[in-house]
Amino acid sequence: MTRRAVIHLLPLLAATALLAIFPFVGGKFYVDLMVTTMILGIFALSLELLVGLTGLVSFGHAAFFGIAAYATALLAPQADAASIVWLLPAALAVTTAAALAIGALSLRTRGIYFIMVTLAFAQMAYFVFHDMKFAGGSDGRYLNVKPVLEVGGVTLLDLGRPLTFYYVTFGALALVYGLLAAVRRARFGHALAGIKANEQRMRAVGFSTYPYKLAAFALAGALAGVAGFLYAVKDGFVNPEILAWHQSGTVLLMLILGGIGTLRGAVLGAFVFVVLKEFFQSETLFGSFARHWQLPLGLAIIGCVALMPNGITGLPSQLRGFRPSVPHAG
Amino acid sequence: MLDDAIILVASNISRRFGGLTAVDRVSLALVRGEVHAIIGTNGAGKSTLVNVLAGELPPSTGRVQLHGKDITRWPQPRRARAGIGRSYQRTTIFPRETVFDNCRLAAQAHHQYPLDIINAAVRCCESTKLAHRAIEQAGLSGQATRIAGTLAHGQKRQLEIAMCLATAPQVLLLDEPLAGMGAEETERMLGLLVALKPGHAILLVEHDMDAVFRIADRITVMVNGTVIATGEPVDIRKNADVQTAYLGDVDVAAAATIPA
Repeated sequence: MTRRAVIHLLPLLAATALLAIFPFVGGKFYVDLMVTTMILGIFALSLELLVGLTGLVSFGHAAFFGIAAYATALLAPQADAASIVWLLPAALAVTTAAALAIGALSLRTRGIYFIMVTLAFAQMAYFVFHDMKFAGGSDGRYLNVKPVLEVGGVTLLDLGRPLTFYYVTFGALALVYGLLAAVRRARFGHALAGIKANEQRMRAVGFSTYPYKLAAFALAGALAGVAGFLYAVKDGFVNPEILAWHQSGTVLLMLILGGIGTLRGAVLGAFVFVVLKEFFQSETLFGSFARHWQLPLGLAIIGCVALMPNGITGLPSQLRGFRPSVPHAG
Repeated sequence: MLDDAIILVASNISRRFGGLTAVDRVSLALVRGEVHAIIGTNGAGKSTLVNVLAGELPPSTGRVQLHGKDITRWPQPRRARAGIGRSYQRTTIFPRETVFDNCRLAAQAHHQYPLDIINAAVRCCESTKLAHRAIEQAGLSGQATRIAGTLAHGQKRQLEIAMCLATAPQVLLLDEPLAGMGAEETERMLGLLVALKPGHAILLVEHDMDAVFRIADRITVMVNGTVIATGEPVDIRKNADVQTAYLGDVDVAAAATIPA
């Protein structure tokens, strides 16, 4: 194995090992926080497929996270535990259908217009759930009983148990990461990277780029749906705010923080974002000023972006490229 | 001229942009084994014609046929897969990838399999073979592992041709492949075009008259979107309309631009 591969693989293995043992070393609060982080990591990974690989900056990605979360809460029976076997595929099917429809229309635009159109669709989705009575309006909706996985009367997975839910989320994160890693090295991923680099050239050599972009958009929507499903199950509660435009902005920020263009950047960005947010929300550290956490968080993010324009994963190459110009003596 | 050598036929192509007619009832046939040059001043409609033939722009009127099949309504990617390759006036390559990866990606257009996410793209044998062959044909054999963006200008243009070749085209639409090239680079590119002639029908849009008159088998002269003359280089050189319309009335300019 080359040295380069080891450098890339070691942190990944270390992070995996750390996440695997975390529930046994971390306190309840931190384990819960880690679950949230991993869900956001899946969400960020799904957007990375669009922004990092395909070069499509969507400002409405929270729509798919939210649609999946709402589908989960609305489809699950009120009094019984739903089975994951049908609830997850159903939520993902709804989300993928929404992504196909929104993608089919918004991919007819480019650049800034694409950003605006995706934002507009996400806001439409927001107001649909906000204004619809059956979805609970602005109060949201509860998922009373957590889904389970039962085979022949034996409960294999009960998502109501925190430890089970931790490992299900961890497994989902690993699966999504693995799937996207496979996509990137496969022909599909290479074609998407080509579209990002020069769509005109891709068409000129014979790639119908629109179906490729739509497939990427739908897959990204579906994977955001995985995160949305887990989110709804975790809190047992959804409300329209999870579709709001600042959620779409937050997940973009995670990518920017971590470094656009790599999978580990997306996960790392989600992690750093949650850590920064918790840090500035801490009342033990900041007292009553913690209520104004958005202000220092915003400043911290501006600082990060200014100092690390390529994100955290871009830092090593940034430092290597940096040579202070020392004037010659004499 | 054998009939099956006629690959691409454009009949009565017009393309209007609002009130401007950029291409006005142009007809031409591209034949395997021939370089068909299109010359004309800036704004004569040469690039628009190339865009119509490549499928990047739909014609306002007229038909495009490939091997007798009407492809007027085919979008560009479908035409490319059917054998119409093109290069652009401005070099369009993937600058951050290696020369080989540029060509491999182009070759992948014939073996797309987007649903195969098990096998790595770089292990796709057919694309790899096509890419290696294209690199060799384009005279870039020693450069396969170079990052495309670090190539010299002439080599970038060669790479662009290599990317076309990687798609195994029958027609090459080349929009000013010699632009901005030094004498040595021009020679190399001309040698390459001559070598590609046997297997391809080549459309060459070019301002370098020396080069055009050296390698073209047929020349079409366009002015304001219309064809004012078409024929073999010998005839074009003598054509009085071409002398006045394209080169202006200034004899000095004529003498300097059209080599005797």
